[in-house]
Amino acid sequence: MTEQDILSGLTRILRDLLSDDSIVLTMETKRDEVANWDSFAYVNFIVAVESEFGVKFRVAEVESFENVGAIVRRIGIILSTR
Amino acid sequence: MIDWLPFPQDFRSCLRLAVESSSDRLEKLASLAQHRLSFLETIQLDRAVGPAWAESPQGFSTIRLALLSSATVDHLIPAIRVAGLRRRLLFDVHIGPYGQYRQQLLEAESPLHRLHPQVILLSLAAREAIAGVPLTATSAEADAAIGRAIDELRMLWRKARETFHATVIQQTFINIADPLFGSYDRLVAGAPIRLIAHLNERMSDAAAEDGVLVLDIARASERDGLDAWFDMTRWLQAKMEIAPHAAPHYGDFLARVVAAQLGLSKKCLVLDLDNTLWGGVIGDDGPEGIILGEGTGAGEAYLALQRYAKQLRERGVILAICSKNNSATAEAVFRDHPEMLLKLTDIAAFVANWEDKADNLRRIAEQLNIGIDSLVFVDDNPAERARIRQSLPMVAVPELPADAAQYVRCLADAGYFESVAFTADDSLRGEQYSANASREAFLNTSQTMDDYLNGLGMSVSFGPFNNVDLPRIVQLIGKTNQFNPTTRRHSPEDVATLVATDRCITLQFRLLDRFGDNGLVSVMILVPDPQSPDLVEIDTWVMSCRVFGRQLEKEAMNIAVETARRMGVRAFRADYIPTPKNGVIKELYPTLGFELAQEAAPDDGATRWYLYLPDYVPFSTHIVRKQE
Repeated sequence: MTEQDILSGLTRILRDLLSDDSIVLTMETKRDEVANWDSFAYVNFIVAVESEFGVKFRVAEVESFENVGAIVRRIGIILSTR
Repeated sequence: MIDWLPFPQDFRSCLRLAVESSSDRLEKLASLAQHRLSFLETIQLDRAVGPAWAESPQGFSTIRLALLSSATVDHLIPAIRVAGLRRRLLFDVHIGPYGQYRQQLLEAESPLHRLHPQVILLSLAAREAIAGVPLTATSAEADAAIGRAIDELRMLWRKARETFHATVIQQTFINIADPLFGSYDRLVAGAPIRLIAHLNERMSDAAAEDGVLVLDIARASERDGLDAWFDMTRWLQAKMEIAPHAAPHYGDFLARVVAAQLGLSKKCLVLDLDNTLWGGVIGDDGPEGIILGEGTGAGEAYLALQRYAKQLRERGVILAICSKNNSATAEAVFRDHPEMLLKLTDIAAFVANWEDKADNLRRIAEQLNIGIDSLVFVDDNPAERARIRQSLPMVAVPELPADAAQYVRCLADAGYFESVAFTADDSLRGEQYSANASREAFLNTSQTMDDYLNGLGMSVSFGPFNNVDLPRIVQLIGKTNQFNPTTRRHSPEDVATLVATDRCITLQFRLLDRFGDNGLVSVMILVPDPQSPDLVEIDTWVMSCRVFGRQLEKEAMNIAVETARRMGVRAFRADYIPTPKNGVIKELYPTLGFELAQEAAPDDGATRWYLYLPDYVPFSTHIVRKQE
């Protein structure tokens, strides 16, 4: 799975979660740049991402992802070390 | 974890279709709710439904639910609402500020007062209740600490009922403690694992005593494993006591308890035969060829389902058979096969033929005089299941696993027969339905209806409410949907309040005949009008569908009129509020001689009726009286 695949997967999840098909995520997107992506929606997002990709983030990671790219890279690493 | 539900086919386009449809949007969304949805799909469906309760749509009931918790519960709300929708309940959910459940209940000005919750759920974490108990606590000290926690809970329960007149549901405590000694924790009075286990036991005892309902999430976490219900990462990240991925399951657990209290639980288990109650096909394999009985794992798997069905019958679930078979061949297995646990006398309706199963299920519901939406249909054949889901969406059809060894677990997990009471009448129900078969046979040999009713040798025993029968009385009021002119539900406290009302008349009726005791089958609550002392309102009148058409409504009215006359009452007032289910008694009041006072109201179609007691001529019936 390429980083682009993961990124489009995350985009789809966030669109579904917030019912907003206009959302476009890039590797640089930060949470405060997306409307309604508040801390509660962030927890739900992480839960959905974990279940759709079959991964589990560490608590420290969940609290410190600086942008979408960081999440994409982390998923990439977890999947590649399987 | 909600494995008994089928996966949705193309959730995304179904959702879009539902949202874009103007006429039956909510119906389409409700049918989507019948599927095994993921965490994300659950949120999407919930958002599509929106605040549907605000419009009180036809065919759905709104329930105001307050969820009071010591942890974060926001993530559970979509799943609770979706599970409600699965049962045509629209939850208007209120959650208090984080951790402030005490203030919500105790403070006179809390926002809870504006909601007027009908159900209050206390979802608390064990860590708070056992905090401060040292590991070195003696058994007496540990007991005292648990006792204090229970006393506080009881105070909150009392407050919830007195202030809000709500049904109270207390969640059991998930045992999230980690062992300190290992197995030895169980033997150390102050060990957290043991403390939480004791806390749950003492809490359940108190709840049983106080008439509080329980949401047994602790048992669910034992069934699915602690990791399925508690996720340390989510606890640390967001103080979620219930793991988000357990939300769909949690919602269903809660919705089924609320639904049970509203009389919406399923009543009848309809079983297929071939490859469901035994292995193989009786028509092809013959009685010697089918797989059933002790000795082989496969044979015992089918026995396990039979045993479970028999246990369900003992607790009041009606059993029926619906099978594509020759009737004689199928019945012979029940009569003659030495390994069969289920007997013909256990089955209230036996339908084996080659006709469409949807038609047969309709016939079974009709024969048993229960709503078709009270049926659960268990069939190993995916094609039959799909057919029933499509043509009878109100029938529950569990997605049975391929391995017969898992049948019982699947049926139990689905929680179709959730109850909020277990009364003597429940344990007798199986026999009562068997007796109904004998009555039916007698009816077929009777020349006229009058001969039949006369030949039944019916007698009614009656009297005011008493404490012994109170649980059954509350249960009958809660469960009866057909013979129920007002569909007013009363909690045990409501009934107690009504009974204590000055000049209130309560009556309970038990019908007996030569085939047996039908049990406590009808209940009336007549409340005096505060303005005019000689007028009494029929607040509640329910009758079990088992005894329809036996003139009991007439004899009951005779008795009610006599009782009221003795108290100087001159008139009865009664409302009939139509629902999708009580059409059967549309003509009840005119038939009994009541006069229409007010034309159908435009909003709910309710009608108001009066009976002037001085003019009342008692009906002559075939029921003899036995005063209690």
